[in-house]
Amino acid sequence: MALRASTSRFDPSGAVFALFAAALFVLVVVPIGWLAVFAFSARAGGPTLANFRLLFTDRTFIDPLVTTFVLAVSSSLICCLVAAPMGWLVSRSDMPLRRAVRFLVMASFVTPPFLGAIAWELLAAPNSGLLNQLHRASTGRDDALFDVYTLTGLIFVVSCYTFPYVFVLVANALDRIPSDLEDASAMLGGGAWRTARRVTIPLALPALAAGALVAFLQAMTLFGAPGILALPAGFHTMTTKIWSLFQYPPKPELAAAASLPLLVVTVVLLRAQSAVLGRRGYAVVGGRGGQPRSVGLGPLRWPALGLCLAILSLPVFLPYAALLNAAFSRIPSELLTFGGFTLDHVRFVFLELSATRLALKNTLVLALLAATLGSLLALVISWLSARAAVRGHRLLTFLATAPLAIPAIAMGVGLFLAYTRGPVVLYGTLWILLLAYVTIQLPAAYQQLHAAFQALSPEMEEASRILGASRLRTLRDVTAPLLGPSLIATWCFVFVAVVRELSAAAILFTSETKVLSVLIFDLNESGDLAAIAVLGLTMLVLTSTVIGIANLVPGLGGAEPGLRRM
Amino acid sequence: MQPDKPGRRQILKGLTAGAIVLAAPLRTARAAPAAGKVTPDLIEAAKKEGKAVWYTAVDLPVAERIAKSFEAKYPGIDMRVERSGGERIFQRVGQEYASNIHAVDVLHSSDAAHFIVWKRDGIFAPYVPEDVALHYPMEQRDPDGLFASWRVWLSVIGYNTKLVKAADAPKSFADLLDPKWMGKIVKGHPGYSGTIMTATFQISRDLGWEYFEKLSRQKVMQVQSSADPPKKLALGERAVMADGNEYNLFQLKEKGEPVEIVYPTEGTPLIIGPSGVPKDAPHPNAARLLQSYLFSAEAQQLMVDFGGLRSFHAQVKDKPGRKPLREIKLMKDDPAAVEKNADEIKAHYSKYFKV
Repeated sequence: MALRASTSRFDPSGAVFALFAAALFVLVVVPIGWLAVFAFSARAGGPTLANFRLLFTDRTFIDPLVTTFVLAVSSSLICCLVAAPMGWLVSRSDMPLRRAVRFLVMASFVTPPFLGAIAWELLAAPNSGLLNQLHRASTGRDDALFDVYTLTGLIFVVSCYTFPYVFVLVANALDRIPSDLEDASAMLGGGAWRTARRVTIPLALPALAAGALVAFLQAMTLFGAPGILALPAGFHTMTTKIWSLFQYPPKPELAAAASLPLLVVTVVLLRAQSAVLGRRGYAVVGGRGGQPRSVGLGPLRWPALGLCLAILSLPVFLPYAALLNAAFSRIPSELLTFGGFTLDHVRFVFLELSATRLALKNTLVLALLAATLGSLLALVISWLSARAAVRGHRLLTFLATAPLAIPAIAMGVGLFLAYTRGPVVLYGTLWILLLAYVTIQLPAAYQQLHAAFQALSPEMEEASRILGASRLRTLRDVTAPLLGPSLIATWCFVFVAVVRELSAAAILFTSETKVLSVLIFDLNESGDLAAIAVLGLTMLVLTSTVIGIANLVPGLGGAEPGLRRM
Repeated sequence: MQPDKPGRRQILKGLTAGAIVLAAPLRTARAAPAAGKVTPDLIEAAKKEGKAVWYTAVDLPVAERIAKSFEAKYPGIDMRVERSGGERIFQRVGQEYASNIHAVDVLHSSDAAHFIVWKRDGIFAPYVPEDVALHYPMEQRDPDGLFASWRVWLSVIGYNTKLVKAADAPKSFADLLDPKWMGKIVKGHPGYSGTIMTATFQISRDLGWEYFEKLSRQKVMQVQSSADPPKKLALGERAVMADGNEYNLFQLKEKGEPVEIVYPTEGTPLIIGPSGVPKDAPHPNAARLLQSYLFSAEAQQLMVDFGGLRSFHAQVKDKPGRKPLREIKLMKDDPAAVEKNADEIKAHYSKYFKV
């Protein structure tokens, strides 16, 4: 039905396929190809395995590998322990303020991990950290309660900003589990808790496993938080090590070789996931049953909320309080007093710091462009694949999801290798950053829109086709409007992700193409914490404003799915 | 100035005479070009370009302050400050020039060794600002007129006066190895900061690498820029800094923050940061105007008064209350040796400090 190859009118599906296949090829295959070539090349040229030999024998590489593994496993476990109960409380209990809790999790998702790490320096540096000062003042002791400059500190901060991924997966899965199975359990005499234990939780387990995997991969490939905390703590993770390989004299072939293990681990884990879970988990989920039932917590309702808020104070309340304090007090390690209030830092950032305006402009332009391009690309590809509209759509799907397996920092290295020399030199332009952002975000955008397409019956599109519209016109006039809310959610998702991206940008920027995240990262080098706080808060205001406006777009806003629902 | 006591300039001359001369190729140096005057034509041409991009390693507030004073003096020219540590500037310029990206108009690094490499690579255009020709000692000028010493400062020991009593404060590098400073020291990193690179070379040359090996066992807090240790002292995050900028401590101290400077008895590392105009500067006239301004008595005095730096400009006066250079025992700077040993210094360093 979907493939009617011979109509009398010209239908440019073949050209569309060629175009998008070529675009995806450029986005995905070129940088990864260069990464592979460099990883197996000697500095002087010629193939070699020496880079890998060094990688797996030299202590300065083995230590970061081990550290990264410990970091990823621990963060993943912590994220699951925290996010699963929270997701259940928000989706399946009668806890008060459930929407507010979802919103606050969203706020921690919008916070870039590097900014969170800096905020936690302000809170938990062993001597000047506000929490440690409080501890000493209240107990009269002179030790430190928390030390953020440790591997434990890093694991904690990474978990703070990774758990939203697990939370969203679990909460959304629980939202979608139809009530009929639970009703059946109840009718057969199962109590609320028994039903939860025997029916709901097992049904949500695949989502939790997927969450654990995502958290593991995020923690493994994250650059921002380790980039802030690892150096003072005196160790490297793989990502900070890769970044340091660009120090003079740059060793791109080693950086490429060091990126490949991250890529291989990601691919293996994603393959393993689909092999183990396959469709099993989600085959049950997805039906449109009645309202999910909620479990009455009784007297535990408010303590449950208290627990959620206490957890959320770690990624949201405390860090933003610390940033606000640093932005307006004379010295960041001093609690803001009436006399100590100053606007000097705000003035410095907006009137003296000459990079501010450029970084704001670059960030805004790139985020708007990447969100728009990424959403459109994902829209067309998911349409082609959902409606099987062109031959070879599986290849498109594969290419669109492949970047999922590419850590952002590896993507950065790959693009750097591909576009710093001829024939096409994009290094030094915003284009290379745009390429990086679109590629990195494409899988998430694709998956969101693909899910939306699956929930959309093809009848209306068929009506449009019968009435004589071409496929592309149908996509534009019928399908896209129906998908409006999902499209907006996807757009916002990409926008937020681009604003907070640092891993690829830290490798690809030049002085003319500096973005906000890189500017903040650079300010951290010389310890200008107050300026960082002002810029970080600006970043939050910028993101919230744009998301707010996007959700007001007439006819599309007021929607439920995706970001809005988080 | 007492006749039997050498003056500041003579001291510096003795200490640094070899440095820039060594930087010159061995063939007989060409005569430096005629002094570049700030003419109305130059100003007009610079305004037409409308922009100047300055890669600099000087701490950000100082850099932005100088940029603002330049913009005030020459309205219509937008300054863009690109600040990072000297070693990262070196990396950045290398990366950008390798891809034919020529974004920088005036280039300054806190590691004088970089200028040896850049000169060898032929990236500079000859340009000698009039102030340099008239008021700077010969040995602070590149013989071919490609760059000159823009600023001079020290990498010192420092402490937080709330956390450490003056009597207990370290007096020397050797004192820092005392177990009582375990976990209380902060220091910069030679992979990011040109100041720390230069200082690490001088200290390892004079005291041996054993010093760093022992220091690394003191659970040192490692930060990047040499501008950061003074800020960590002011925050109260660490009690003592093992290296870092004297000029940041001057600024903080004069603002009333509880920090104090120590000039170690073994000698204090002397850092000299040159500045030059690349021949591929995208705004060549604005670049020359900026270079002239940076070396002017006005800008140099601002750097001393506001920034806490020291100057080679003959007409610039020290700020009262700061210890004059001639009273400080200095280590000898040697950019040529830093250039030769840079990789080895970084390798040694990360072996001991693990980062």
